[in-house]
Amino acid sequence: MNTSIDFCGAKFPNPTVLASGILGVIGDSLKNVAEIGAGGVTSKSVWLERHEGHKNPTMMGSEHFYINAVGLPDGGIDKAREELGKYLEWKNSQPEGKRVPLIGNIVAGTIADFENIAGQMAEIGPDIIEVNISCPNVEDEFGRPFACVTADAAEVTRIVKSVSKNIPVAIKLSPNVANIGEIAAACEKQGADAITAVNTFGPGMVIDIDTAEPILANKVGGVSGPGIKPLAVKRVWDVAQAVSIPVIGMGGVLTGRDVIEFMMAGASLVGIGAGVFYRGSEIFSDVMLEVEEWMKENGVKDLSEVIGKAVK
Amino acid sequence: MKNDIPKVLKIAEVRDENPTVKTYVFRGCDLGAKPGQFVNLWMPRVDEKPFSVSYCDKDEFWLTIAAVGDFTRKLRDEFSVGDKLGVRGPYGKGYTIPEGKKIALLAGGYGAAPLYFVAQEAVKKGCTVEFIVGARNKDLLLYLDRIDQAEGMNLYIATDDGSSGEQGYNTQILERLIGDVDIVMTCGPEIMMKAAMDICEKAGKPIEVSIERYMKCGSGVCGNCCVDGLGVPVCTKGPVMLGSEARKIKGLAEFHRDNVGFKVVW
Repeated sequence: MNTSIDFCGAKFPNPTVLASGILGVIGDSLKNVAEIGAGGVTSKSVWLERHEGHKNPTMMGSEHFYINAVGLPDGGIDKAREELGKYLEWKNSQPEGKRVPLIGNIVAGTIADFENIAGQMAEIGPDIIEVNISCPNVEDEFGRPFACVTADAAEVTRIVKSVSKNIPVAIKLSPNVANIGEIAAACEKQGADAITAVNTFGPGMVIDIDTAEPILANKVGGVSGPGIKPLAVKRVWDVAQAVSIPVIGMGGVLTGRDVIEFMMAGASLVGIGAGVFYRGSEIFSDVMLEVEEWMKENGVKDLSEVIGKAVK
Repeated sequence: MKNDIPKVLKIAEVRDENPTVKTYVFRGCDLGAKPGQFVNLWMPRVDEKPFSVSYCDKDEFWLTIAAVGDFTRKLRDEFSVGDKLGVRGPYGKGYTIPEGKKIALLAGGYGAAPLYFVAQEAVKKGCTVEFIVGARNKDLLLYLDRIDQAEGMNLYIATDDGSSGEQGYNTQILERLIGDVDIVMTCGPEIMMKAAMDICEKAGKPIEVSIERYMKCGSGVCGNCCVDGLGVPVCTKGPVMLGSEARKIKGLAEFHRDNVGFKVVW
């Protein structure tokens, strides 16, 4: 049985990927998630400079949804160089087949800063650079996300590709648009090597009725978790049909069956984020046991066979 | 199923512990916290911070809080009986309380509060407790009367300036007692806990420590409290862990990390 996935020239031992923003603050944390069994790990969104993020409460979950407005706190590219460098050093010391690829996620408020941060991230040398143009939680600072305007998404892609050297670039898109397929296609046209779909939905809000106050300090936050899974599957489906580059799909993945579902919608890799809240960081190994069980039951020898299987 | 939305409760009682520390009592809520676990306390429109639980039963729980930062000073100055705060948790792993053992508790400063909760549960389980407290001076000590008057607990005090108990570090008392106890549990400054780990290692005695890091979610999601070396979030894999595990933390008693993950020297 083969669960490994070739993606943009990197070999992922399995399709599960730690999504950006979860457990990615230090290199040893990424290493821990890789050792647990993730097929790939993504850093938190890295800014050029230190970025504070929002006050708490920044996140919370219920049975049906997770909501967060962490606000992309980060120590900046110099800290990332140290922490991601530490991870890459460990990764490269592992035997072939056990090297869990690193996706270096970057964010910026302006096109010029994207050029700068992408060039510096390329020097660090992750397996893939993922470009966060879709965070809904920093709108007060930077206005509408680039991912919500086709021309903006395309321009960020072009500028990042111009400095990313030989490192493949994935553009992380927002689901909060009417035309995600069109935006994905525009990014592909500017040279994007992959699309990550999707970032959180919303923004949403939770109000405490005993105090009549919104609970998140930022008042609004991006919504993820089990409740948004069908919405995310549809976005991945739309993107996969609009482009010929591979897709990292995500949104409410909790089980092995969810992983298969996203792959059938067209995802080659599947991100897990809020799932860590519901099942702990062991979710990566647990989910892959479930995937392998499903493969056995259904006589699937190579997991890559299921990619896009539902897309007719 | 998981539900991690803050529950709003009214402050039922406020007790002064010392010039900077108050205990806030919440009633009518079965929090179900074990000694060493913590909650996130939400002050609407202001912030949310983690605090260890200093007592919990089926009807009430206590949070013993020092006014040392913006949040806690606001709590001291603007909140009293009847005011509403949000609580969620309990989070993390607590202390492992054995039955019928001789326990030494080593508290540095405010660490006496969660350890008093340990002591009460330990006495219920037939343990004897050597309760060693320490602080820079007598004004920073707390819970002394409660410990002194409790059955099954012996109180030992050390202060840096000798204003209460013996002069010096509380670890020197632990060193004297270590031969007579089965297990040590500690809560306080990391440098003190590290010294206690060394004493226990030399004596071949187990120790549980409580590792404090900048925590946001309490659920092992945000990664802000992940420790170097182990790579795990201490909000779920700790805060209480065996000394043998805590030894694998790189930079123990040397640095922690701030709200964006930058190293900060203790």
